[in-house]
This record gives sequence, structure tokens and C-alpha cells, in this order.
Amino acid sequence: MDLEKLTALQLAEKIKQHQISVLDGVKHVFEQIEKKEPKIHAYLDTYKKEAYARAKQVQKGIEDGTYTGPLAGVPIAIKDNICIKGKTTTCASKILENFVPQYNAEVIDRLERAGLVIIGKTNMDEFAMGSTTETSAYGVTRNPWDTEHVPGGSSGGSCAAVAAGETYLALGSDTGGSIRQPSSFCGVTGIKPTYGTVSRYGLVAYASSLDQIGPVGKDVADCAALLEIIAGHDTKDSTSIERQDLNFTKDMEGKLMGMKFGVPKEYLAEGLNPEVKAAFMDALKILSQQGAIVEFFSMKTTEYMIPAYYIIASAEASSNLERFDGVKYGYRAKEYEGLHDMYKKTRTEGFGEEVKRRIMLGSFVLSSGYYDAYYLKALKTKALIKQEFDRAFEKYDVLLAPAAPYTAPKLGESLKDPLAMYLGDIYTVAVNLCGLPGITVPCGMDSAGLPVGIQMIGDCFMEKKILRAAKEYETCRGTFPTAEEGGRKA
Amino acid sequence: MKQYETIIGLEVHVELATKTKIFCGCSTEFGGAPNTHTCPVCTGMPGSLPVLNKKVVEFALKAGIAANCQINQYCKFDRKNYFYPDNPQNYQISQLYLPICHDGWVEIETSAGKKKVRIHEMHMEEDAGKLIHDEWEDCSLVDYNRSGVPLIEIVSEPDMRSSEEVIAYLEKLRCMMQYLGVSDCKLQEGSMRADVNLSVREAGTEKFGTRTEMKNLNSFKAIARAIEGERERQIELLEMGRPVIQETRRWDDNKESSHAMRSKEDAKDYRYFPDPDLPPIHISDAWIQELREAQPELREEKQQRYQEEYGLPAYDAGILTESRSLSVLFEKTAELCGNAKKAANWFMVEVLRLMKEKSMDPEEVSFAPKHLADLILMVEKKEVSAQNAKKVFEIVFDEDVDPVSYIEEHGLKIVEDTGLLNEILNKIMEENPGPLAELLGGKEKVFGFFVGKMMKELKGKASPDAVREALNKEIEKRR
Repeated sequence: MDLEKLTALQLAEKIKQHQISVLDGVKHVFEQIEKKEPKIHAYLDTYKKEAYARAKQVQKGIEDGTYTGPLAGVPIAIKDNICIKGKTTTCASKILENFVPQYNAEVIDRLERAGLVIIGKTNMDEFAMGSTTETSAYGVTRNPWDTEHVPGGSSGGSCAAVAAGETYLALGSDTGGSIRQPSSFCGVTGIKPTYGTVSRYGLVAYASSLDQIGPVGKDVADCAALLEIIAGHDTKDSTSIERQDLNFTKDMEGKLMGMKFGVPKEYLAEGLNPEVKAAFMDALKILSQQGAIVEFFSMKTTEYMIPAYYIIASAEASSNLERFDGVKYGYRAKEYEGLHDMYKKTRTEGFGEEVKRRIMLGSFVLSSGYYDAYYLKALKTKALIKQEFDRAFEKYDVLLAPAAPYTAPKLGESLKDPLAMYLGDIYTVAVNLCGLPGITVPCGMDSAGLPVGIQMIGDCFMEKKILRAAKEYETCRGTFPTAEEGGRKA
Repeated sequence: MKQYETIIGLEVHVELATKTKIFCGCSTEFGGAPNTHTCPVCTGMPGSLPVLNKKVVEFALKAGIAANCQINQYCKFDRKNYFYPDNPQNYQISQLYLPICHDGWVEIETSAGKKKVRIHEMHMEEDAGKLIHDEWEDCSLVDYNRSGVPLIEIVSEPDMRSSEEVIAYLEKLRCMMQYLGVSDCKLQEGSMRADVNLSVREAGTEKFGTRTEMKNLNSFKAIARAIEGERERQIELLEMGRPVIQETRRWDDNKESSHAMRSKEDAKDYRYFPDPDLPPIHISDAWIQELREAQPELREEKQQRYQEEYGLPAYDAGILTESRSLSVLFEKTAELCGNAKKAANWFMVEVLRLMKEKSMDPEEVSFAPKHLADLILMVEKKEVSAQNAKKVFEIVFDEDVDPVSYIEEHGLKIVEDTGLLNEILNKIMEENPGPLAELLGGKEKVFGFFVGKMMKELKGKASPDAVREALNKEIEKRR
């Protein structure tokens, strides 16, 4: 059987029908890891021994009826900013090089209850700050479609692992596009859920008001099934929301006929790569052909999205990252004189450039005398952006946008100009500022053969709408090649 | 020398007596081996998140209502950012922009009479851990047991003018918190802490002088000394024509002097901003109403009631209500023995005496009110002599024994059996034929001799009246 071709749901189905064992799936994934990791470096850590043992245990559980879920027995990779009890959790930072949490993130407990098999921790931009996975303290991850290119970020390891067939599913986190943008760059599907849908307990915070954990998978159905497992109210997270409509896999089939899609005109203006634009327009055509109504409208707050996002995210990050100080856990400078010198050296040596840049930016916008001019203004801007989205959702079921203005850049190109890199987040950050759900689905390729993704954005709690639209679009689009089939052989 | 007026405002931290911490389920109990009352949340582990303990809001509201405060029905938590190892996240979750209570007042009473001290605000926040410096190993250790214990900070307006007013204000707050049951306010355990903001100005002038903030004040006495010391220091500076510098000073109660910790110039920028992990709190009218209605009787009302209902003098009512726990003991005792005046007497004399002798706080007094009530009833029924009752009470006070069985077991019960009295009397008369002859001869002097002998033999088990009666009867019989 060609295990590579299976989606996560198909694999689980075959396990249920005793055509494949859980161990077969896990072994397959580790074979791929052994084969591809030297080139891709999607993982920071793998748990082969435990995964094999867990596979046997899950197999038994499936047989005795302990695990009945649709993804029982499926291997999954976890972004390294999500805590697993007893497993080093580094956030791809030197400052957490030796940090081993004594607790599970809520999502990990949920995955375990659903019978998934955790196979390792994936690479990311340090503390999820970056759009290329190049800010990792443990080396870059390469794009499986072309290893000269980045996988995007910050969940680059998770998306590359799925794209390279080194896992069936992965969890990422999305603060300003960190699931949707690398999903686009790697030709996979990823969802950023409505804020408060998935518990943040055990997710090492970057920007608490924006962070959400979400699924990465080969297609829409896989992602919906995984989202259904990880979503749900958690009393350990005060920002977690009690929702009833968490049956994301139900009623996914439906016609596009009559659905109203809106496209912000400003998103298609200057700065959008023509080939990405062409792929995006092709996707719009498919939707229209199916009877969907696609309209262009003006989103006047577009130019304020990046500044508002970077002020709010950096402000929260500057505070969230204060706890990494060398006192309690993690890296501590070897030589220092006194407490303040210890703080200073530990943080200077422990954090990378991009993280330090954002801590400084965040500290600045919160400092007395600047708070009103920057942070408070950014909050007001966020409210205006939200109002504009609210108005848009009065007219449209789903909003459409590219996931990024370009396809995956070459390694080493992006960090030279951080400001330009920030601007690349233009289509994704507003979704986080407004707490909206968004999904990226592959929609085409550029002339170099690198994938392009289309982003579908829903109003808060309207995951089911975007899932249905994405599922239907995916069906009409037809099969999308895997990195191995479509990618440039490295 | 010119006349100066002292202007004082206080920042008082009160540890709330919730069972669990403000943002996690860990115990707030004082003491405990280092880092045993901790979890990922109160030790600032990556990925952990705070969840507000609703009881903290309730306690803060109770305090605010009692201090006549306005309530911010939409309030938020803010992060106060500063690096120090006792603070595991390097930010303290506090309230700056929208504190839960503001603009209240409490009334204090000093020798000069009654006065209102205005409350600027009350806000909720988390306590920090404790740093211990190990001189031997030359390293610092940190204990996070206290990290995350809920506090309210009560900020007064600069309305106090003397240490007497400050102590009266603090006693008022402490009594109020204890009555509300929101804090035990033990200064020595740090569950009540005060920072003093003080400035002086020439008497009669309007403008406030430059103020300093005094920290590390661990007792009311230290606070009073620090106020006097700081007042003198500032006046001395002004008299020498030198300015008072706005700074934070640390009081050393052993040296009875203070030294500067930091000046305004190097005041920290705490970069306050709303905590994104905690949604805003909405406090409903109904909740406030409910708490208002459930507000316990406070000291002033109790004092009034003791005078009206029990007919106690104002002085006694004042003493008995000074501590809530003592007033509870008293009321229970009064109820059980059905005689408030008698109960009050026992408290005013015996309980207070024993507390003083053993230098105990009212909160430490722990005998069962039923035991004192039983004792009072036994005295009433003449089942035990007043003398013996006092002795028995000392044991009740210390060990909380049941006085009824104690008196029984130790043979202290007054003998009503005249048979026994007569038996002993006959025995004494036989042993003392000389005095007996005198007695029967009408010598009144020896009457006392026989009563004394009897009482000694009976060890207080019979009342002098009963003894006298038995003796008279016997004399009559023998004559």
C-alpha cells in the first residue's frame, strides 16, 4: 500500500479496517524522517522509541474501543512552542535550550485522548517571531518544494513536515499568519481558529491576545477533523470560549452556489507578486464558475494593519518574554557579576536578533510617555479594523485573500530587511487582530513551481462556513501535487 | 523654630484570606516548606495561564463596600513589569487603569475626636515570593509559596496629620478587614503591610511639601517611630535651608533611622498595560446588592447593640468589640449562659487578664464558649464557688477542658448534702472540745474559728452560707 498517498483520515480508516496497523503508519513516518530530514530539518526532536510504544498501545485501544475517533492512530508533529510533559520545549530559542515542562499543554491531553501518536517537535522561528523559520536558534528548515527556499514561518517546521510526508498532521500556532503563510509556501492546508476556540494553556506565549494553536494537514477534511479534536473550552485558559458548534467535520459538503465572497481591493494593489495574483484570480474564477458570488470591496484600514499588529504583538511579547531571565529554568550566562549583570548577559546571549528587536520595540511602545501615542493608538486602530471586518461580514459569508504577497523566498533573503519581512504579513495579521478564523488552501503555483495558497476568512465562530467553502473549492480545484511530485528535485 | 504640619498618606497592602491563590489553585497557607505551595502558574512557567479566583473579587468588593467606596463595575487587570527574582514572571498582575474600588472613606477616632480619612482607591494584585539570602553559601534562594497570594492595596488620600491618626487608621482598617472576614491582618506574618508617604509644610500654608515614601514597616510601633523620625528629618532639612528629595526610603527599626533606596530620577518605568491573559471583570448590580445585604455587622454597629441590647457600658462594649474573634466568643458565651452582663464581666476581667499575662492576641484565644457558659451557670446555681470557678477557668482557657466534668472529677462541686456537712462538723467539734465548750457557752468569737476550719476541710465545696447554717443548727441542737 502506498502510505504516502493517504490523508490522515484515510490512514485512520484503514487502521480501523485492519488493513494497516498503527505501527505501520508510525514506521512509515520515521522512514520518511530518516530519508528527508537531512535536507529539510523540519524537526527539532523526534520520539521514535516512545512513538513505537505508543503505537502499540493505541492499536490495542482502537481494538478494545478506547479510541474511536476519526484520527486514532495517526502520527502527528507538534510545534516546539507547545509543552509536552517531560519533553524539551525550546521555542527554537537558546534561552530554553534545556527547558523540560512538567505539564502538558491542553491540546496535548486532547490529542492523547483521541489516540493520536506524537512523533516529535517541529522547528519554528524563535518564539514564533519571524516569517521564514530562519530565526530558529537550531538551524533553518528548508522548503520541501525547493530546498533553496524557506518554508515560511513561524510554523515552518510543522508545514514542511506535512509537505515532505514526514508526518500526516501537525500542530502549529498562528499569531500573525504563522500557520496560514507557511501553509501557503509549503502547499499544505492550515487553519487559524477563532480566538478562544483552542486552549492556549501550555502554548508558550508570544502575543497572548493574538495567539491560537491550529491544525496543519494535507487537506481541508484532515484539518477540520484535527480542529474538532483540539477545540473546546478549557477552564485553565481564561480567554477560552464556551462554544457549542465544534462539530467542524459535520455538514462540510455543500454547494458554493449563492455563497457570497468578498475580496478587499487593497489586498490586490501594489506589492502583490503578479504570479501570486494570477493564481489567486484563477481560484476566484473557480469559485464564480460554481455559482458563488465574488465581489471586490474596499478595506480602508488595510495600511494600518501592519503597524497596529506589530505594536500590539511586540508590546505583549516584551512582557511575555520577561520570565526568561536565567533564574528559574533555561539558559543562564556562564559568567556574571551580580543579579543585573546575570539578567543582562543571559538575555543578550539567550535571545536571537529578531526576538531582541521585538522586545525592544514592545518595551518602547509601552514606556511611559509613549504608551498613549503607540500602544493605546494601536488598540484603537485594532477596534477600527474590527469594525470594518464586521461591516464586511454583514455583506459577505467569506472574505478571500492571498496568504502572502509572494511565494517562498530564498534562504537568507528575508532577514536582511526586517521591515520588508514585516510587510509580507499584510494579508494575515488582521485576522489575528480581529480574532477571526482563517484557512489557507493551495490554489496554484508560480513559474518556479512554488505553491501559492488562497486564504479564506470567516467571521468569528464561522469556521464551518470557511471549511465548507474551502472543501468545495478544493474539490473543484482537483488534486494538488505533493512536494515530491511537483517540487523541484533538490 | 517654625511650626510644621505633617501630611501623611498610606499605601496599605492587605493579604486576603482566600483558601487558594489569586490565579491558581495553590494553598495560601502561611509557612510550609519552601516551594511546596506552588504550581506552573505561580512559578511563572512558560505556557501557564492565570485564572482569576472569584473569591478575591468578592473579598475586595466587601472591603470596598465597607470603606464606602465607588465600585468600578467594569474593571481590568494590568501587568506591572519589573525584573526581580521574587517575581517569577517578572511582571506583577495588578490594577492600574481601572481599580476595583475608588473614592471611599473611613472614620477614625483619636484623642482629638472623630475624623474621616478618604480612600483614593483599592486594587487587587498578586503577592511576590520571598528571597532568602544564604550568607553561608553566598547565594540567594527563592520561595514562591507566597507568590500569587491575593492582596488588596488600599491607597489613602494625604489626610492624616500625626502618627496617632495613622495608627488609628490602620487599626480601623485591620478591625474592618477582620470583621469582614477578608483578612487576618497579621503584621508579623506580613498579611498587613503599610508604606508611609510623608511630607511636612509650615503650619498655615496650603501647598504640600515634597514627600518621601517609607518602606519596611513591620509593626504599629515601627510605623509610629518611622513617622516621628521622618518628620524630624524633613524639618531639620528645611530648617537648614536644604530641600527634601522625593525618594523611597527604607526604615531600620533597630537603628531607628532610614536610608534612601531610590530617588524619583531612577524611579522605574513599569510599562503597565492591560493583561491580555485575563478578560475584563464585569461586576453586576445584583452581586453588589447581594454583598451589601450580606455585609456582617461591623464594629460600630456591634458596639451600639451591646449597649442597647445587653445594657453594657460604652467602655466595655468598646473593649469587647475591638477584635471580631473575641466579640464572637463573647456573644456565643452570652447566648449560651443567658446572661450577657455576667459573660461580659468574665471577659472584661478574666479573659483579658489571662490574655495579657500570656501576651496573646485575641485571635489566639480558642476556648469553647460553651465551656465558659457552663462555668458561669454553675456559679449561678452555686454549684461551684466563685473562687474555684476562676481557677477552673484558667484551665479552660489553656486547655479548653469541659468544666462540668473537671469540677466533678476534682471534687470541687459544692456539697448540698447536709449529711456530709454535719459529719465533718461533728468531727471538728470532737477534735476541738475546748472551743466547742466556748461556742456553746455563747462566745461569738469562736463561731468564726469553726467556719474557718470547716471551709478548709471542705476545700470550697460548700458555700460559707451553707456552713454557717449547718453550724447554727448544730449549736441549737447541742444547747
